[in-house]
Amino acid sequence: MTQVALASVAAPTPRPGHRRRQRLQGAGWVTYALLALTAVLFLLPFYYMIVVGSRTMAEINQTPPPLTPGGNLWHNIQAALEQQNIGRAILNSVFVSGTVTLCTVLFCTLGGFAFAKLRFTGRNALFGLAIGTMMIPPSLGVVPLYKIMADLGLAGSLWSVILPSMITAFGVFFMRQYLYQALPDELLEAARVDGATTTRTFWSIVLPIARPGMAVLGMLTFMAAWNDFFWPIIALNSSNPTVQVALYNLGGGYVPDQSIILAGTLVGTLPVIVVFLLLGRQIVGGIISGAVKG
Amino acid sequence: MSREDRGWRSRQVRLRLFRWEAQFAPYAYVAPFFIIFAAFGLFPLVYTAYISLHDYRLGSEMTWVGIGNYEWLFSNPKFYNALWKTFTLGALSTIPQLLIALGLAHLLNYRLRGRNFFRVSMLMPYATSVAASTLVFSQVFGRDNGFLNWLLSLINIDAVDWRNGNWLAQLAISVIVTWRWTGYNALIYLAGMQSIPMELYESAAMDGANRWTQFIHITLPGLRPTILFTVVVSTIGATQLFGEPLLFDFGNPRGGAVSQYQTIGLFMYEQGWFFFQLGKAAAVAWVMFVLILALVLINVSLTRWRTRESR
Repeated sequence: MTQVALASVAAPTPRPGHRRRQRLQGAGWVTYALLALTAVLFLLPFYYMIVVGSRTMAEINQTPPPLTPGGNLWHNIQAALEQQNIGRAILNSVFVSGTVTLCTVLFCTLGGFAFAKLRFTGRNALFGLAIGTMMIPPSLGVVPLYKIMADLGLAGSLWSVILPSMITAFGVFFMRQYLYQALPDELLEAARVDGATTTRTFWSIVLPIARPGMAVLGMLTFMAAWNDFFWPIIALNSSNPTVQVALYNLGGGYVPDQSIILAGTLVGTLPVIVVFLLLGRQIVGGIISGAVKG
Repeated sequence: MSREDRGWRSRQVRLRLFRWEAQFAPYAYVAPFFIIFAAFGLFPLVYTAYISLHDYRLGSEMTWVGIGNYEWLFSNPKFYNALWKTFTLGALSTIPQLLIALGLAHLLNYRLRGRNFFRVSMLMPYATSVAASTLVFSQVFGRDNGFLNWLLSLINIDAVDWRNGNWLAQLAISVIVTWRWTGYNALIYLAGMQSIPMELYESAAMDGANRWTQFIHITLPGLRPTILFTVVVSTIGATQLFGEPLLFDFGNPRGGAVSQYQTIGLFMYEQGWFFFQLGKAAAVAWVMFVLILALVLINVSLTRWRTRESR
């Protein structure tokens, strides 16, 4: 769902941007107040995660409920790690999301380059087909996918989660839009005149220019892969889970202790939050730029 | 054969290889996408149709039942319940979400101090997984010790049983979905707003149009393709609603004590992986596919019709 959702208005020709920021109207205090209120609403659940995750169950059940963090965080995290193998889950998630991201970024850059700059018979039809597949939610094929993975001997293996998400239509579309603008045709022609093969051109000219776009796609892909839920909870079991599978088992196991559940949730969410705090601006910029090119 | 001759020949061969490479490289570059899509996207989809015509239990052989699974499905009140809940939950979680996002984008489009702080904080929920956000909100919506009920008690409202109500539970789930996706959609709208030429606003202002009139007559029409896009994506997303209602009921796919929030995705999961009726689950998936196809077609023709109108 996230992958589909990231696609933007699919018009192939980019328009020149308008330089206009300096002429925007300044915001009044009402605007600031409303925005601050929304920011608080958006961030409060994270704070509450910490509050509950660092208390004991007895404290949570008091009236009024605690509103500040307590001192039980470490104990709760250990309890959560014991109940579900969250340490293992994090390593698994790093492996799955990392592999998915590497494959997606490479394959999507290849495909995006071909669709943006190379001339070949059937290009438009193939591109239309690729875009059309974005409309099909991946969850529709889970029944046979489950059977296929079992037949391949991959039941419960991390590869059963990696293989289907090695490439996305959104990524191809995103890299195509990026390279269409960022890669000058003259450069490609010059390389060709100098006798560079297409593959050589890809490695020495296209890749360096594509790097900023690949970085944005990589961040978005990593986040989506880390948070992938539907297929992993079907494909994987609790002995070899990803973070989301572990969280599902933690929250679905009728564990009565909310503080342990939310401490585990905190641990499982932390890696994405850290990435987001470090690179949030770039991710925001990527989503905005991915969306305007239409 | 002279040396020159041989040189000419090898040059010819190299030139031919060079051309051949240029001709076939594009197909090689787009091949990974189509191979993986064919293997893990298209083939499973077709295979789903085949399985849906069989009685297929986990771990046993398939036996042909024709349209038996579909007969069972279309005479099953639980299926209609799931369809209806998917619709109501979808409406509750997308309509307010997109309206709030539009308003937020409008606010974010002013010249702001702390612009990046606001944008990043709005996208934080989007970075949070379905599982994590639902587990937090489960606590917030708890009946006896939930944060929200405590807030309500401050204004003398009795404890609300969010999880066991019908509309209340649906409302709670919609809040989770809205929380996760509003900021993301706001950024998409913001991007759309920034591509509307400033001159339009300036000339409108000169004609004496106030900010509200400008919003109605310039911003909204300018955003039309973006809005239609978000509507299509959110509609498809709404048919896929799964993780939130699953975890809101502690991982139980029945979707609440009386299935008051069992979506079609949960219904499929329940058939396949709780009752181990994979044939029936495949039939549900296929109906879901037709449903989505219809929604997309309606949306696309609506877009065509609207753009023709505006010309």
